[in-house]
Amino acid sequence: MTEQVTSADEQEHDRHDPDGRGHFGPYGGRFLPEALIAAMDELTTVYEKARLDPDFVDEFNRLLRDYAGRPSLLTEAPRFAEHAGGARIFLKREDLNHTGSHKINNVLGQALLTKRMGKKRVIAETGAGQHGVATATACALMGLECVVYMGEVDTQRQALNVARMRLLGAEVIPVTTGSRTLKDAINEALRDWVANVDTTHYLLGTAAGGHPFPMMVRNFHKVIGQEARAQILEKAGRLPDAVAACVGGGSNAIGIFHGFIDDADVRLVGFEPGGHGIDSGEHGATLSEGTPGMLHGAKSYLLQDEDGQTIEAYSISAGLDYPGVGPEHAWLKDTGRAEYRSVTDDEAMAAFQLLSRTEGIIPAIESAHALAGALKLGQELGPDGLIVVCLSGRGDKDMDTAASYFGFTS
Amino acid sequence: MTSTVTATIEAAKAEGRAALLGYLPAGYPTVPGSIDLLKGMVDAGCDLLEIGVPYSDPVMDGPTIQKAANAALSAGFRLRDVFTVVEQVSAAGGKAVVMTYWNPVFHYGVDRFSRDLAAAGGLGMITPDLVPDQAEDWLAASEAHGLDRIFLVAPSTTEERMALTTAASSGFLYAAAVMGVTGARDAVGADAAGVVARARAHTSLPIGVGLGVRSGEQAAEVAGFADAVIVGSAFVSSAAAGVAAVRELAAELAEGVRRPLVTS
Ligand SMILES: Cc1ncc(COP(=O)(O)O)c(C=O)c1O
Repeated sequence: MTEQVTSADEQEHDRHDPDGRGHFGPYGGRFLPEALIAAMDELTTVYEKARLDPDFVDEFNRLLRDYAGRPSLLTEAPRFAEHAGGARIFLKREDLNHTGSHKINNVLGQALLTKRMGKKRVIAETGAGQHGVATATACALMGLECVVYMGEVDTQRQALNVARMRLLGAEVIPVTTGSRTLKDAINEALRDWVANVDTTHYLLGTAAGGHPFPMMVRNFHKVIGQEARAQILEKAGRLPDAVAACVGGGSNAIGIFHGFIDDADVRLVGFEPGGHGIDSGEHGATLSEGTPGMLHGAKSYLLQDEDGQTIEAYSISAGLDYPGVGPEHAWLKDTGRAEYRSVTDDEAMAAFQLLSRTEGIIPAIESAHALAGALKLGQELGPDGLIVVCLSGRGDKDMDTAASYFGFTS
Repeated sequence: MTSTVTATIEAAKAEGRAALLGYLPAGYPTVPGSIDLLKGMVDAGCDLLEIGVPYSDPVMDGPTIQKAANAALSAGFRLRDVFTVVEQVSAAGGKAVVMTYWNPVFHYGVDRFSRDLAAAGGLGMITPDLVPDQAEDWLAASEAHGLDRIFLVAPSTTEERMALTTAASSGFLYAAAVMGVTGARDAVGADAAGVVARARAHTSLPIGVGLGVRSGEQAAEVAGFADAVIVGSAFVSSAAAGVAAVRELAAELAEGVRRPLVTS
């Protein structure tokens, strides 16, 4: 059993914080309607106070430990690693958290802030449904009203999570505008927020959006990387050569990356959804293929056409199917501190099945993108390689997609 | 030099009325179709026009304008078409500002967009998702090309931000009447007069009020406390029925702004 590494330290300021206006280099900021700026200012003030308040930090850490089940395990995956050129692979088991993914870390933090702000209603967007489920869970725990916006396409491919949210007492509103996926769910949540901002907190589920969301969401997820660093040192006796994570909006990746960001020799590699292949045009590889622009409140990389209209993303994975990405990733890409690559649907599904059959762990399809990436990294690093993969969630929610992909339905 | 936009609103004021500012997206239902509709609005009494840029992710817009924007994009609207629309409507005597989400402008190049807009005869931009504290490049480009910067204030705007926003604005100040997205409403927001009064303490610029106005009655009510009455979704709805319907609505609203309801 590794030492509990969540501590008051984790919410402290560091040199990786954005400037006072939320800029990571040229990215970030707040490209939002004036109507929301007062609420963003209030959130910033309340968060800045809370992060240094021992009562808040203790309460957050207590919930992570006693409710979410942290620290999560670091599990070696030797049979899986046989397919990765013999490199050693360790999995950071965010799938074992309560509600089944990393999303709960951020949700518990923001739900506590919601109470501090005296707000009684929470809205959220969700793609895969994991953030929606985590939000519905925290709202049930803390007695908050919860409304979740979810693209209609995603309500179909993640029907199990829709049922979970409803059971937990949340209202799920299918979004029928635009691509009917995560991007449009965020649009609808923003529209709701503008109208109800006095009573409502928008509990954004990824490290994107206007300041302070990218910094705040990252800080609530830093625990992933902090635990993983201590655990790998204990189990392998050294730092890894590479840390791999999938990137949708970028929250699990930024959380695990930050545990290693000051370790210059550790490569930070984010894997984006390559969908049907980059050349097909049907993908969600925002950092690899996008260009700078503003979406949902921040300047970052973006999939957009010649006129700056957002291009709809595609991925077999509902949680990665997003044409934007958090601004800190844009900055990490430009500075070269992190690398971003893409993994196709087929590669991800092969890794999904491989992990299930070699280790008895069914990953989320999102996380399977990081696993597929780790297989490639392992080949590149060779038998001396050591890789930590963020297994951001479990795959129960993906059984319908997997069954039809693999033809398991009789 | 006073801005044409300010002067137009001041001239209406001198006549004891509010100015009428009508919105339609460029390219809806088609590029030539939108030009005809906008010309009709000018003829029927819109003092100023707000020409929208259809955008894929209009987070400040309700269903009516979202649908129109989608229809325009599906009909093949390209960003450069907005200059054609501005040019033709201006040539026909319209005074036009462009209302646009920021990413298309950023992507086109803020200076380049400003230059092309000014060359087409456009007078300024209304920027629903750009606040002055993020707008350095637009502040510079608007100066360079003589365009008005029409920022928004809302019922939630703090005094500090009222000061900041009014100081950065030119042409007029856009006061959102309600907390919410665009869309015609049965009642004008109760907050509206309050926002205007708070803004007046910070600026001598004219103040336009929008979000929700759809009838002559409501126009008269808003004209009682604002310098310009801004009407969007109602025009978009009537546009579906063609130029005659749009002219009829413009005439009703133009009549409304001429009989300001003085309540206090
Ligand atoms: C299990 C899992 N991993 C990853 C993601 C992608 O989000 P992010 O990039 O913010 O970690 C999601 C989103 O729904 C998810 O459910």
